[in-house]
Amino acid sequence: MKRRGYEGVAVCAPISVPYRRYSVDSAHWWIGRALHALTQRTGLKPADIDGLSVSSFTLAPDTAVGLTQHLGLSPRWLDHVPMGGASGGVALRRAARAVQAGDADFVACVAADTNHVDSFRKTLSSFSRFAQDAVYPYGSGGPNASFALITRHYMNRTGATREDFGRICVAQRANAQRYDGALMQKSLTLDAYMRARAIADPIHLFDCVMPCAGAEAFLVCREEDAQAMKLPFVRVLSTIERHNAYQDDPIQYRGGWAQDRDNFWSMAGIAPDDVDFLQTYDDYPVIVMMQIEDLGFCAKGEAPVFVRDHSLTTDGDFPHNTSGGQLSVGQAGAAGGYLGMVEAIRQLTDEAGATTVPNARVGLVSGFGMINYDRGLASSAILLARS
Amino acid sequence: MTEPLLRPRRKDPLRKTREPLLPQGLRSRTAHGLTAAAAEGRFMLQVCTDCGFTLYPPRDACPSCLSDRVPFHDVAPGGMVLAETTIRTSTDPYFRERTPWRIGTVTLDCGPSFVAHLHGDAAEGSRVVMTLRLDKSGNAVAIAMPDKPTSHQEDDVQLRELTCDPKFRRVLITDGRNATGQAMARAMAAAQASIIFVGIADPWKPFPGETDLRAIPCVEIVPLDITDTRSVADVAGEIAHRVDILVNTSEHHRAGGIMNRHGLTIAREEMDIRYFGLLRLAQHFGPTMRARGADGVNAAAAFVNLLSVHALMNWPEFGAFSAAEAACLSASQALRAELRGGGVKVLNMFAGPLDTEWFQSVPPPKLSPAALAKATVDALRMGIEDSYVGDIAQDIRARLDVQPKALERELGG
Amino acid sequence: MTSALTAFAAALATGTIRVIDLTHTLTPEFPTIVMPPELGQCAPFRMEEVSRYDERGPAWYWNNFSMGEHTGTHFDAPIHWVTGKELPDNAVDTIPPAHFLAPACVIDCSAESAADADFVLTIPFVEAWEAKHGRIPPQSWVLLRTDWHKRPPKAYVNLLDDGPHSPGPAPAVVKWLVEQRDVHGFGTETIGTDAGQAAHFNPPYPAHHYMHGRGRYGLQCLTNLDLLPPTGALILAAPLKIRQGSGSPLRVLALVEINP
Repeated sequence: MKRRGYEGVAVCAPISVPYRRYSVDSAHWWIGRALHALTQRTGLKPADIDGLSVSSFTLAPDTAVGLTQHLGLSPRWLDHVPMGGASGGVALRRAARAVQAGDADFVACVAADTNHVDSFRKTLSSFSRFAQDAVYPYGSGGPNASFALITRHYMNRTGATREDFGRICVAQRANAQRYDGALMQKSLTLDAYMRARAIADPIHLFDCVMPCAGAEAFLVCREEDAQAMKLPFVRVLSTIERHNAYQDDPIQYRGGWAQDRDNFWSMAGIAPDDVDFLQTYDDYPVIVMMQIEDLGFCAKGEAPVFVRDHSLTTDGDFPHNTSGGQLSVGQAGAAGGYLGMVEAIRQLTDEAGATTVPNARVGLVSGFGMINYDRGLASSAILLARS
Repeated sequence: MTEPLLRPRRKDPLRKTREPLLPQGLRSRTAHGLTAAAAEGRFMLQVCTDCGFTLYPPRDACPSCLSDRVPFHDVAPGGMVLAETTIRTSTDPYFRERTPWRIGTVTLDCGPSFVAHLHGDAAEGSRVVMTLRLDKSGNAVAIAMPDKPTSHQEDDVQLRELTCDPKFRRVLITDGRNATGQAMARAMAAAQASIIFVGIADPWKPFPGETDLRAIPCVEIVPLDITDTRSVADVAGEIAHRVDILVNTSEHHRAGGIMNRHGLTIAREEMDIRYFGLLRLAQHFGPTMRARGADGVNAAAAFVNLLSVHALMNWPEFGAFSAAEAACLSASQALRAELRGGGVKVLNMFAGPLDTEWFQSVPPPKLSPAALAKATVDALRMGIEDSYVGDIAQDIRARLDVQPKALERELGG
Repeated sequence: MTSALTAFAAALATGTIRVIDLTHTLTPEFPTIVMPPELGQCAPFRMEEVSRYDERGPAWYWNNFSMGEHTGTHFDAPIHWVTGKELPDNAVDTIPPAHFLAPACVIDCSAESAADADFVLTIPFVEAWEAKHGRIPPQSWVLLRTDWHKRPPKAYVNLLDDGPHSPGPAPAVVKWLVEQRDVHGFGTETIGTDAGQAAHFNPPYPAHHYMHGRGRYGLQCLTNLDLLPPTGALILAAPLKIRQGSGSPLRVLALVEINP
């Protein structure tokens, strides 16, 4: 059956609450800041927000329902998207359908996490049942160790070198130097990347994101409502979502995008060459390479060559993670799954400032999340277009 | 090959003793199927009864056919290391002070991929044999071992965290008057224990084998009577901080049931020697051992109980004795929980009748004290916590698994 | 009568009468009699602290202890032996209390015992003693001084590959002491009133057999017998009042007059 498009849906009001390395505030506080900024930006009153989608790892013991009372909201449509790096894309596609169907008029999508001094360790140790049973007891290296194994295998299989990963990280740092919200703006050379200390071989310091606190949000509504509020907006060309793809692969070498990409491109009616910038989920550069391959920008196993042959900065021939990505901005928990989405909305509504990709009309936002055991399970991708 | 372990230098008595930390010990209930396997040194995974799919990590439904019939079975432990990493920073305090630490993705011949600890001789691309072990938290972890033994492989630092190898450790054998205690001393000497303290009660009373016992290298006789609280306290005061492995060889085998045995004198002796003896040792040696669970190469490692397999099911011919053994088994479970904080294991060696004068009229098969001692060393080297030694013990264990009530009737004769 | 006790008290106060302790300290290490392991055993002394000014009892220190009736320095009642089982007043709770005070004759065999661990006391030996010190008066304890209490534990029990070796009385002399001298009881420094090898005598364990069979008493594991005069000491030996008790650990005191 042919998928229905997202006609009439507007995505607008990109909000980023400036990140902090550590925060004594709660996830509730961060979500409150983001929604407050959203109302300021849109002119909506809290009572106007009749749809809410929340993603957070540190909201416990509360849920999205409890959060409505905490914040004084009374939505008629409520979603909780606990999908980490895939949260942004999944929240958007669900919200878009709700608006399209008339189940909600104004869906505020928000992702936020706080970062106490010890919250990262606590999150890791109880992240999932498999993590508790089968990952954390093995050196407690966290995602660094899991991605070290995936990276090692990818290098063995494709011939990728550390320098190839370094190119991604160095370009993102250059982008971050133009984005005020980035926690890491000190310039990074490939030499400094190569000389960094090992974390879990072959993962070194600059392959890793820095956990931090922060919040991201955007609004999904009907085009006419966005126009009435004089909010610049973007359109949704196509979306995909997949979980636990390729479960027979002994180690992760590809993600769910590969399974769904034909559907993805055909729904949008465009091809990879038509994309002006790419926002990938970049918790580790190896996953960036898999997204470039699995979304169809190059053949499987050729991303190392692709990154050698392209410039990934905002002014390059393949603008990628234009605000610096999590590798330079920081990983604010579930907000990391929104970072690329919010930046893409800014790019396509002329609000990106110094990170602006000239003449960008179409952007791709890819999500990836939830290292449940040995691999990321959730994948998503969204094609957005200037209105 | 593994860099051979060096005999530890004598510890500076003024140095702070490293506090024991544990790797995270939380597991799902299903994952304790692995703990049960590791406790006996087996390699078991869940295998779907309906479709035969072998699964890992532990689940409550088959990911191939959604059946809930997914019991643990012994499976082929062979595999290959697909990728490895060396963890150099860890969020966990236990691993943080033990980095660098190697783990790897092992593809098992029986199907699943297993992220596991790697023995130093298990390299990426090589064939390995997976083993389940108990880590310091007392829960199962897998370590991939080289598929063929390598030189000094038992000395691998990651492996030694999971085992209680007597090599270079100091052992207390609580009773050297009996054949088992003497065989244990010989076995520990052969396993390169650095000091073997052997307790002797009533030193004024001669005993067979005394001359041979004193001739065993590294044996130091200590006056220890585990029925005397003061004696246990005094010996513990002198040597508890130097006991890395405690093996309670005190025994009191007496035939007789419950109703027909005349009076309580022997039953009291049984409880005093076996049950209260265990409590005295636990109270006076346990706290120091628990505090020394991370004290270097010869950190405190294990508290060993030699139990009758009839602790698991009463043998009416030795009915009161069986009951005392059951009390010891129960106490050992509590002690296990208490010592876990220090990463010190409680090893229970379950044995059938021994080939000694106390089981003179019991027909074979009987277990020689030397075989029991060797099995104890083997169990310590594997780091397991339950060992069923000899034909009778394994028979009882198997019958208990099948039908406990039948076993009760059959033992009742 | 009060004047006698007043004089006695005065003599105690001035030191004219000395009190000598014939009792070993009760310790877990003190040997108990060794029986074949398949038989019932005498429990050694054991002590468990109840509290010591701590959370188990903040202002007080006390212990629970356990032992057998025949542990440490102890008293044997006639009921202890099968030959005395039918006698009246044969248990520690029914023995007339006057029997707990009696004079003692101390027969020194220390040199002979040093020379021969299996030294056996005989009638001629006692007769020789009487020739020097006078006839044993009726209702006297006969205490065998062997200096055995000075031996370290191993030599004290003196277990060789054929069992224990320690001095004790021959059957004839025990029978003779009871029948011809009407003694009150027989006391030793060794672990029992009988010789270490007395199982091979006829009857076996004659001190037990004859003494208890005729309602006489036993004292064993005594110490300090070398401090007593051959005659003239008064022994205070009152066992615990255990119902139907066969014996009891006790404090044995000797009263000795200085320069009588």
